[in-house]
Parts: sequence; structure tokens; C-alpha cells
Amino acid sequence: MFDPVKIKAQHVDFFYGNQQALKDISMDIDVGRVTAIIGPSGCGKSTFIRLLNRMNDLVAHTVLRGHIYLEGQDIFSPAVDPVEIRRRVGMVFQKPNPFPKSIFENIAYGLEVNGYRDRDVIEERVVMSLKKAALWEEVKERLRDSALKLSGGQQQRLCIARCLAVAPEVLLFDEPCASLDPISTAKIEELILELKKDYTIAIVTHNMQQAARVSDRTAFFLLGELVEMGETQHIFTAPKDKRTEAYITGRFG
Amino acid sequence: MERYFDEELGRLKDDMRHMGDLVAEAVYRSVEALKGQDKPMAKKVIDDDKSIDEAELAIDEECLDLLALRQPVAGDLRFISMAMKIATDLERMADLAVDIAQRVVELGDQPLVKPLVDIPRLTMLAQTMTREAIGSFIASDMDLATKVILMDNEADRLRDRIQKDLIEDYMLKDPATIRGAVPLLLVARHLERICDHATNIAEDTIYRVKAKVVKHHPEKLNNNNGNK
Repeated sequence: MFDPVKIKAQHVDFFYGNQQALKDISMDIDVGRVTAIIGPSGCGKSTFIRLLNRMNDLVAHTVLRGHIYLEGQDIFSPAVDPVEIRRRVGMVFQKPNPFPKSIFENIAYGLEVNGYRDRDVIEERVVMSLKKAALWEEVKERLRDSALKLSGGQQQRLCIARCLAVAPEVLLFDEPCASLDPISTAKIEELILELKKDYTIAIVTHNMQQAARVSDRTAFFLLGELVEMGETQHIFTAPKDKRTEAYITGRFG
Repeated sequence: MERYFDEELGRLKDDMRHMGDLVAEAVYRSVEALKGQDKPMAKKVIDDDKSIDEAELAIDEECLDLLALRQPVAGDLRFISMAMKIATDLERMADLAVDIAQRVVELGDQPLVKPLVDIPRLTMLAQTMTREAIGSFIASDMDLATKVILMDNEADRLRDRIQKDLIEDYMLKDPATIRGAVPLLLVARHLERICDHATNIAEDTIYRVKAKVVKHHPEKLNNNNGNK
């Protein structure tokens, strides 16, 4: 039977040392849809999204309780290879972070790390990824130029292409437009809407209008708790919880 | 936290209250003109409709500006989108007051076929419903909105009785009264339509406050009592 849930979090608590960052989070991320996570700074939204591909493994003195399942498999089970999880669940960060290499190599690198050796296959994958990330037309004449010469928006789409090259199933975006101008932001948003045809997407954003524009479902986090989650049009027209209403209408503070 | 936006919403509320007052006043004066067969007063109601049309346009513009510039969501969005609908309802109510005034002009000096009893009652009701519907919206008062919606039954009942009296006691018995009775039938109908628009406004209030659609779903009204 078709399971609409791609990622399932169950009773997730998370601590940085003694500091509890997430409190009993249970939520589903549906396959082929865009889930936005909104909330004020420090609400735990980035911490949560980073758990979904085990990025927080790299942070010392952290404790996780509860479970996160990717297609029914507990991603924190000892049998699971975190590198494989990060291939299946890619992440795009707030600040574009291309490698100081050529545009081509930025994408080829991940393929090589994942064991690809055939240059033709690698080249084909690089071109496909750049096309999917809506960057191909802008860079096809200069694949050997340094990625650092690209504009911020282009660098961010390159990072998306880098994720796509290794054939992920889920894309996580952590404030992907925070350092971009409105035009570049619009391009990334259009791209997210295009990518959701093939990928499951979760996006953390401070920009509520962005959540409204790109997401199908929205989750509101506050002080480490999931206050409310629902269809985006319901959250933005008729939220059930007073705290959600206060946050999205700017009455918080 | 106080927001500058709340001041802007406050101005919108003031403008809506002002437009509601103008409409209630137009309804009242149109029927006063009928009672006194006062053609100059009826013509004034017709002329003054322009200022109500302008009030509608001003509210629409204010709402569009707020939508574009503040990008409201949730309760704010429901408030502004309902305010636009309400401005339309109010404008139509004013047009119905104009219709009543036109009946007065048509009647001219010919004596009324009967003394007015239920029409002034229906007028009182229409005015009350208009003021309270707007008041309920501005104050987000669910109880008052529910009360307005329930008052509409009384409006229907009065309209039916006026119709029945005019048709059975006058028009059927003495066809010579038809020319004088038809305008009164129409006035009753105009007043009842005004009450319907007030009911729309009260239903919009319930949507604005509770995000619940009671329009065309009267059964949902019951769960709203007492909630604010």
C-alpha cells in the first residue's frame, strides 16, 4: 500500500548538554509535498530539520530520545549508515557553501565520494543536476570556472544541484534564501515548487510569506515544541492555536 | 504587542461604522418619507446615496491597500476580506433604501391604501439589524452576530404578514387598491432584503471570529452561542 509519510518523527526530545532544544516532537513529512517549519529564533526548527539527516551527529554532548523513521526505517538504528542517510536526505543551508573548485567539480565531487568512476556517467549526472536546479543555461559555457565567481543565488542553486546529483529522495532547506535578494529568492522558490514533483521537501524559514508561497503543510514551533501543524492554507487563514495566530500576524513580542 | 497595523485596522473599523450609520439613516429616512409622503425627503435619500457609494469605494481601497502592503494572514486576513464583502452588502442596503424612496416618489400625493403598521416595525428591525450587524463585526461579538441572524426570522414573518394583508384585505377585495398597494408590497420586500444583507454581515462576523462558515449552513450556528 502507498504510504504518504516519507519521514515520521515520534516523541523526539533533543538536548544540547542540559539544554532541551526539542520537546516531544511528533510529526509526519509527507511524500512529494513541501513541509514548512516556521517559528521564532531558537524555537528548535533548525535543530529538528538537522536531525532528519543526522547532521546533529557531528555536534558533541547531544542527547536524542524518540525515533525518526525514513520510510519506516529508524534512521538512528545502529544498522544504519549515516552517510547513506545523508545521500538519501540532502540538505541546503542558509549560506551557499560551494567548494572552492570549479562549477563542474562541485557537483562531480559528491558523485566521486559516492563511488562513481565513469567520466561519461559523471558528466551526464552533472549536466542533469544543473538542469534540474535551473542553473544549466547560466553556466553551461563556463563549467570549468570557479564556483566562487557565481552570484549568491547561483551558488545556492549550485548547492541544490550538488544535492540532486547523488539522487536523494528528500531535500531539506534550512533558510535557503536568508542571504539572497528577492529575484534570487523567487528563483529558489520556483525551483522548490518544481522539485516537489520528484522529491519530498522540508524547509525551515523565518519568512512566513515564503512558507505560505512554497509549502503544502506548515508546522509552527515555539520553545522547542510543535504548537500546530496543518495544511498551509489553514494555518494562514484560520490557525487553531492562539500562539500560531499571534506569531504569524506579528503580535509576538 | 501593539502593532501599527492595529491602528490601520482601527481606522477601517471607524469607516465601516460610519458607513453603517449612513445606511441605517438612509433606511430610516426612506420610510419616514413614506409615512409622511414627503417627496423632497425621498429625493434627498436618493441624492445622498452618492456619499454611501463613495464610502464603499473608500473602504474597498483601504482594504486593497492593507492586503497589498501588510500581507495580512489569519484573523487579520479574515477581517479585511470580510470588510470588503460587508462594504458591498452595505452599499446594496443603501440601494434598497433608494428603491423605497423611489416608491415614495411614484406614489406621489395619492393617499396610502392603509395606515402603516407593520412597515414601521419592519423598518425598526432593519435598522437594528444593520447597526448590530456592523457592531458585532467591529467588536468581534459572536453573541450579537448570532442574535442578528436569528432576528431575520422575524423580518421574514413581518414581510409575509404585510404581503398577506395587502393582497387578501385590499387587492383581492378591491382591485382599485392595486395601484396603491403594489408600492407598499415592494417596500416590504425591500426592507426584508435589507434584513437579509444585515444577516450576511452577521454571518461574515462569525467567519471573521471563528473561521466557521455559517452562510448556507444554518445548522452550524448553534455551536456558536456564547463563544467570543
